[in-house]
Amino acid sequence: MPDLGAYAGPVLLAYGASLVLLGGVVIWSVVRNARVKAELARQERHIDG
Amino acid sequence: MSLWKYANPAEFMRVSAPVMSVAWVLAGLCIFGGLIWGFFFTPDDYKQGSTVKIIYLHVPSALMAINAWIMMLVASLIWFIRRHHVSALAAKAAAPVGAVMTLMALFTGAVWGQPMWGTWWEWDPRLTSFLILFVFYLGYMALWEAVEDVEKAADLTAMLAMVGSVFALLSRYAVLFWNQGLHQGASLSLDAEENVADVFYYPLILTMAGFVFLFIALVLLRTRTEIRARRLAALQAREVMA
Repeated sequence: MPDLGAYAGPVLLAYGASLVLLGGVVIWSVVRNARVKAELARQERHIDG
Repeated sequence: MSLWKYANPAEFMRVSAPVMSVAWVLAGLCIFGGLIWGFFFTPDDYKQGSTVKIIYLHVPSALMAINAWIMMLVASLIWFIRRHHVSALAAKAAAPVGAVMTLMALFTGAVWGQPMWGTWWEWDPRLTSFLILFVFYLGYMALWEAVEDVEKAADLTAMLAMVGSVFALLSRYAVLFWNQGLHQGASLSLDAEENVADVFYYPLILTMAGFVFLFIALVLLRTRTEIRARRLAALQAREVMA
């Protein structure tokens, strides 16, 4: 861990919040895609009989 | 070979899958590599101390906040002119990603600004135009949700994308239009004299490339989701009619 000196708080806050935001949008997108994909597959199976 | 063949949803799904996989890998490598390099292996700035490390988050997110809206504008124009549904869905898919990038740029800017400027926020031209851009993103997403008819929603949001592009461009060039304000000029430019020092420049370029790849991967994934969601809605409607 580098010595961030007097600005450790702002630097770590910026990195922490950014990783949460980036991780959040990635997880949200992947989960929604998986949910819609599964629902579509279920619907297509249902129609095919 | 025409570019417009990718406007066919089936063709888009076929081609986007491998492109998306490559984009995910490059995004991961560039962002991880750039942030590790920037955070652990670059020195403090003689004036800004360790807060200079925020540049690896702030500049790439601000870059993508503006470029995401420009991409939405182009996709919206294609929708208006050619009526390709995939372009409208791609614009819709890009909005939440752009909103997150804008929020990240605003937040990291505030956190960086507080120790450097002595304030979290200032009604500076660039900061204010970025805040308005964020509000446009929220309005754009709300409009898609509010209008049930997909074609009408695509038309209305395309118009909003055109209006909002004024603020996207203003966010980019505000520091050139007005001399007042706290925000400094661009950290990077085609003129090498205006760039940050090399020790910060290379990890910054790597991180910026990572954000571009992440944006591509996310927009492709979300567009694929929207295409599937539309097909699902069509099948459900057909079942109800039957």
